[in-house]
Amino acid sequence: MTPGGTSGAPGVVVVTGLGRYLGAHVAARLAADPRIERVIGIDSPESGGEFADLLDGVEQLRVDAGSLGNLLADLDVDAVVHLALVTAPDPQHGGRAAMKEQNVIGTMQLLAACQRAPRLRKIVVRSSTAAYGASFRDPAVFTEETEPREVPRGGFGRDILDIEGYVRGFRRRRPDVTATVLRFAPFIGSTADTTLTRYFSQPLVPTVFGRDPRLQFLHFDDALEVLHRSAVEDHPGTYNVAGPGVLSLAQAIRRAGRVAVPVLEPGLSNAAALARSLGFGRIGLDQVDLFVHGRVVDTGRLEREYGFTPRSTAAAFDDFIRAHHGRAVVTREQLAAAEQAVLDGIRQVRSAVRERS
Amino acid sequence: MNGAGREHAGAEGGRFDVPLDAPDPAAEPARRNGHRPADPAAAEPAPDAAAERDEPARPAGSAVTDVPGDHWDRKVAGGLAFLRRRLSGDYEVDEFGFDPDLTERVLHPLVRVLYRDWFRTEVTGIENVPADGAGLVVGNHSGTVALDALILATALHDRHPGHRFLRLLGADLVFRMPVVSELARKSGGTVACNPDAERLLGTGELVGVFPEGFKGIGKLYADRYKLQRFGRGGFVSAALRTGTPIVPVAIVGGEEIYPMLADIKPLARLLKLPYFPVTPTFPWLGPLGMVPLPSKWLIEFCPPIPTAHLTDSADDPLVVFNLADQVRETIQQTLHKLLERRPDPFGP
Repeated sequence: MTPGGTSGAPGVVVVTGLGRYLGAHVAARLAADPRIERVIGIDSPESGGEFADLLDGVEQLRVDAGSLGNLLADLDVDAVVHLALVTAPDPQHGGRAAMKEQNVIGTMQLLAACQRAPRLRKIVVRSSTAAYGASFRDPAVFTEETEPREVPRGGFGRDILDIEGYVRGFRRRRPDVTATVLRFAPFIGSTADTTLTRYFSQPLVPTVFGRDPRLQFLHFDDALEVLHRSAVEDHPGTYNVAGPGVLSLAQAIRRAGRVAVPVLEPGLSNAAALARSLGFGRIGLDQVDLFVHGRVVDTGRLEREYGFTPRSTAAAFDDFIRAHHGRAVVTREQLAAAEQAVLDGIRQVRSAVRERS
Repeated sequence: MNGAGREHAGAEGGRFDVPLDAPDPAAEPARRNGHRPADPAAAEPAPDAAAERDEPARPAGSAVTDVPGDHWDRKVAGGLAFLRRRLSGDYEVDEFGFDPDLTERVLHPLVRVLYRDWFRTEVTGIENVPADGAGLVVGNHSGTVALDALILATALHDRHPGHRFLRLLGADLVFRMPVVSELARKSGGTVACNPDAERLLGTGELVGVFPEGFKGIGKLYADRYKLQRFGRGGFVSAALRTGTPIVPVAIVGGEEIYPMLADIKPLARLLKLPYFPVTPTFPWLGPLGMVPLPSKWLIEFCPPIPTAHLTDSADDPLVVFNLADQVRETIQQTLHKLLERRPDPFGP
């Protein structure tokens, strides 16, 4: 182990967003790695400790992003893993304003603190494939070099563009720090609880009429693996992280045994706004845009640099279906039985007709 | 299975002429089986008995096992298996959204009625389309509605010995429209932009492009078979960068299906369309005016223009423009030649 050195695993790692599902699991995983001396989890003071049972080997700090100040320098931090992002506004915790505060201002303040930490040599930032925006002129597959053609309508997409802008600035000011930006596809898995997993768990799933977007998912365990490797190994640059392959939305809904309910696009936007103002449902313009345009990324760079291929989108989705199978409306077995019954019926009718003639 | 895998499977089957009513090469031997049993032990004098005992070709992935097996029974079973696959999401789409299962079983059969029975299409020069590997098929655009692209894709798939799918590049207007955009993606299309074109060509696909765009399909009947401007030649630079041969194709017949007599520009602006057509039947007859006139179609694929030696000149505007001009001239001359062969636009 070479704490403060230029290669090998970092000695002291700070993980932000400890109060959220992803942050807690990443911190626990890094703490279990014997190559890392200390894992310090940072979280805002008001969050509840839902994942306390996971966090045995993790030192927990409850501070505001604003009061980080010289804390990172005082802790002699080698690496920072920034995961404290909110993907959808939560009406119980301040809505969109608080979300933007956390995502944009929080990242700014963290990067400012990082800039003043002399021993820091690595920063890993969670981003999203929402960075590519949504436009009808978009290419079908985004590579890391693709520039967004239109600023996304959704709050999360705009926050992601801001965050990546700040990381670019940080890279210029601290070229000695290895900065890794990971653009994650939406997470899915047997245990993950995200906007999309809640969406696919409903028996009737609203979709946009006349659109069947191409989707990619990332299995939650693969996200952990990539974050772990990013913290321990050196992988400077920006990477798309998604399960190879594609599922169309209709295909995903059918595989999950749910029933799609097509809604006209303006109707869905309004319905989403109504649901938000009534305080339930977290489908926002980010999701509506995703369900109109779809989003597929090229993961070649990740596979070459990390030597790791996440499990395919279809496999990740299968894992999710297995965990949520109980509430399927139509199952494969029922369809196969119906196929057999109809075929037998037609045969009987035909043989009856043949005998009579 | 993706498109490329399907093509290779088809190519291994050898070059054979497939009758037009049998789109699926895998289905063809099964149909002959009833009359020509492959197993010598099954060769009995009574043909009926042989047909009954014959092992029926069960569609891949069917849940039905005990098929008593005649032609219609297999058709019904195949259709039901297809329906079950669709309803359970048990099919594959590639990263562009191309759905070969749906294209072969639903979209192509629909277009086939048009191109075979309605337009009586004759295809020549199919041997100029590469048997495998990438190729850029460049055609003339016509007909008010871009029906020629669908006809070209289906004709190529049916007539080509490898039954290759043509991956069309479409204007972004196509992908703005709900329903239409999804049909375009599922049949193998994508937005006409260089990243997509180069990605498709890089994976050895056959890409179809109409460089005239809306200038081609939105021209008046008086300007029929006069090639319009070819834009910036983006398709040439995509071919050069990937070293892909360019196959010019001339399509005769598309101009007469909806002869556009006038273009109501204010109405087009109001509806945000590139043009608003007036034909002898549209908009006077309402939906009936949407029925295309039954013109006679001729499609000729010209010899491929190799570009592998020009890979370094992809960013040289002069090379790009010259090559675009060469393609344009080839198509224009072939159009004239085909028109001479077809004196009567609505002939047999």
